Amino acid sequence: MTRGPTVSVPRLPRHPWTVFLGRRILRLFLSLAVVLTASFAMIRLIPGDPVRAALGVDAAPDLVAARRHALGLDTPFLTQYRHYLGGLLHGDLGTSLTTGTPVAELVRTRLPATLEIAGLAFLVTLAVALPGGLLVAVRTRDGRRPRSELAFTVVTAGLAGVPDFVLAAGLTALLAVGLQLLPVAGAAGVESFVLPVLALSLAPAAVLLRIVRMEALRVLGEDYLRTARSKRLSPARRYLRHAAPNTATAALTVAGSLLPALVAGTVLVEKVFAWPGIGSAMAQSVVAQDYPVVQAMVLVLGTTVLLAGLLVDVLLAVLDPRSAIREM
Amino acid sequence: MSLPPGLRRTPMAWAAAVMLASLVVLALVGPLVWGASADRPDASAVLQGPSVGHPFGTDNLGRDVLARVLTATRPSLLLALAAVLLGAGAGILLGASTAVLGRRARRLTAGLINLLLAFPALLVAMFLAVVFGAGAAGAMLALAAAGVPGFARLTQTLAAGVAGTDHLAAARVLGLGRLRLLGRHVLPNIAEPLLLSTTTAAGTSLVALSGLSFLGLGVQPPGYDWGQLLNQGLDRVYAEPLPALAPGLAILYAALAFQLLGEVLAGNAARRGPAPRTPAPTPAPWGSPRPKAGGGPAEEGLVLQVEDLHVELPTPDGPIRPVHGVSLALRPGEIVGLVGESGSGKSLTALAIADLLPYGARVSRRTLRLLGADLAALAPKERDRHLATGLAMIFQNPASALNPALRVATQLTEAVRAHRGASRAQATAEAAEALRRVALPPAVLRSRPHQLSGGQRQRVMIASGLMVRPGLIIADEPTTALDVTVQREITRLLSEIRRDTSAAILFISHDVALVGEFCESILVMYAGTIVETLPADRLADGARHPYTRALVASVPDLTADRDRPLPTIDGAPPDPLTPAPGCPFEPRCPRRRGHCADHTPPLEDLAADHRVACWYPVPVAADPETVAAS
Repeated sequence: MTRGPTVSVPRLPRHPWTVFLGRRILRLFLSLAVVLTASFAMIRLIPGDPVRAALGVDAAPDLVAARRHALGLDTPFLTQYRHYLGGLLHGDLGTSLTTGTPVAELVRTRLPATLEIAGLAFLVTLAVALPGGLLVAVRTRDGRRPRSELAFTVVTAGLAGVPDFVLAAGLTALLAVGLQLLPVAGAAGVESFVLPVLALSLAPAAVLLRIVRMEALRVLGEDYLRTARSKRLSPARRYLRHAAPNTATAALTVAGSLLPALVAGTVLVEKVFAWPGIGSAMAQSVVAQDYPVVQAMVLVLGTTVLLAGLLVDVLLAVLDPRSAIREM
Repeated sequence: MSLPPGLRRTPMAWAAAVMLASLVVLALVGPLVWGASADRPDASAVLQGPSVGHPFGTDNLGRDVLARVLTATRPSLLLALAAVLLGAGAGILLGASTAVLGRRARRLTAGLINLLLAFPALLVAMFLAVVFGAGAAGAMLALAAAGVPGFARLTQTLAAGVAGTDHLAAARVLGLGRLRLLGRHVLPNIAEPLLLSTTTAAGTSLVALSGLSFLGLGVQPPGYDWGQLLNQGLDRVYAEPLPALAPGLAILYAALAFQLLGEVLAGNAARRGPAPRTPAPTPAPWGSPRPKAGGGPAEEGLVLQVEDLHVELPTPDGPIRPVHGVSLALRPGEIVGLVGESGSGKSLTALAIADLLPYGARVSRRTLRLLGADLAALAPKERDRHLATGLAMIFQNPASALNPALRVATQLTEAVRAHRGASRAQATAEAAEALRRVALPPAVLRSRPHQLSGGQRQRVMIASGLMVRPGLIIADEPTTALDVTVQREITRLLSEIRRDTSAAILFISHDVALVGEFCESILVMYAGTIVETLPADRLADGARHPYTRALVASVPDLTADRDRPLPTIDGAPPDPLTPAPGCPFEPRCPRRRGHCADHTPPLEDLAADHRVACWYPVPVAADPETVAAS
């Protein structure tokens, strides 16, 4: 209530950031524990003998025993777990069964390539969907242009349903092999990024476009946009300065939820384009039954997803402090 | 495949039905028709490109790729459906059972589900497929398990929504057990959204399963599904793109079929949910049909001159005319109250003057002059500038009329920066001055609206209006959303502003007591027309229109006899969809005669400053009690 000219500006609870970050990091550690345990347990849960499977049925018994010993598979379960965690702390991710090279080396050379296409695809998704959704909302608000709206709905529904790896295969067949416009596979130069990033970002961009449009339509109907209209502000100012910031929170929340699936999608898309990343390494080692590598890749991808989630949540809390409070 | 009853037969629904039906038919007959040629090796036709006999070529054993893709429809669909049904079943069971569990167990499961949901389902499925062992059954189970947390969470959320409803509370009061509650009341109420999600998940599942097979984790040779065929085709994509394309197209077709079905079902569910948006038939920018410039004769010294204003709005049931034939005029420094029930058209009148009507509205008027300028005669750009600097609007709810994302400084300064070309520093200085005018400290400039109280926000709105130094302020129910104590501060502030700046104020309210106290003259609006205009001091016992009388009588004061019920106006305003001839107040009027139902009374002068639209005005000496009592 107003009491004369004094104004009391209410503040957020005393340490919202401490509480928010504390809880969020606790959740991260819990999830990390799940990933660690799952990746550790994987190699032990596999039915039969993974070492024999990897080396082949006719491998010499002493070789199998030596490998099993090297992997620590002949010691008690808890000891193995302790060794596993200890090894991770020292950056030891185990050794490949097929090549005998340290898996950590493989991760170090391959992780950047995966992060590059996943990050780029995410940025492309945002760059297309945020302005695009706002633009479509402005053009179709209050029932304007019903035919464009229908076309938008049908097209985005269709694009959102295109599987990334199928698109990747189609793009390879059409653009790269058929028309020979772009590199077919591998990472060499800027143009080699085009197809993997396109394949990864098309469906998420379509999904996000629809969300941003819905959210922007809601905002465009708000009273404060009528206020902006009563000030006779230019359309650019009304939409970019008054509407856009109010759609950002919802848009970024959804975008953040699309990110994990995008990271998982790299496994299949990298296989199609033989992209030298974590995903194609995982695909190869799955076929070769090189379980220590699969284990490490699961660990790395899982951790990447969790860290990306944390990043999005913190970003949201910075942009919209209310979302941090809602989180609690 | 028949559509569920009530499903709108849109082209999209048809497309989804046809695509799904074709998939089902292919799954049924595919192996019977093409099974033989799909498995027949032909050493003479190994790894061929497309030909008449083999439209998509042959594989490494000379088998026809197209036949194999068509035959693979059955395993691809069956595995995906099995995975989604298993996953949905287990997930729904898990999610629903948490509703039956105690508080602690419920929180624990919810926490566990959230933990698992941090990971993408595809990654979990890959992990589990490795653990379960590569193969069709392993991949299917892995996918089902990966889908469980999602369904559990959805069920939990939906069930929690139902748990809060009244009828469940009633059932609980009746002493129904938890399991009966779940089976009889919770699950049936959330069945539809769950079914919708399962449909969407079927498509996702098909894609994911193809992905697992593509990776080599799913169906193993000699068996094959689309994912595996894609994997084989991709190995030779450089030599022959088509054998890789065929299974890809099949996956795409199936994915789109499910996507489309989900879209149709979701659209259908949404249509039965909230009310549909009002369709806007024709675009009608600023006053179409566009009135001719000029209009009525300009009257000297008027801030606002409106003559014969009409507004037409589209509704789902046809157009309505919520404002018809409104005329009003304001002189500098005058405060005029526009009073009427909600729905009487007073806010639309204000929005029509300010050119802020919703999309699809049509306006016509003989005259609309603001500060002497005919708005219809101005070019759009000039009209915008003229409206922005000549007229300030203050809206009902300052909590929603201020932008939550922008600082007060931005919202105060933007109009003068856009229309007066003020620099940022100059505009900020003016904003601080405007805030001082409404008794707020300059520190408020740095705040965002949610940090201010309701009264402070309305002061900010007023300050924002003052920034452009308007000749006219239209305040549309500016105090309705505020506490009674704050209301007085706002009206006092508006009076001061009027005194200091000689701006005219059009004060719109449904509160006849407030208007009578604070305005100089009063316009009474009923059913889209002005029925009486009179000086405020004559409101209490000089009103001549029966409606005004009834309005005044319905206001309690300290002398009101508290043993008698407060007088109210019987009946309801006329339905704008079915306009009837005659006086709109006739059906509710205590003084009506036969004549009133057929002829609309014109607004006629009774005395200086007093006009009334009534065939039989209430005599001046009449005791208001008699009107209310009859």
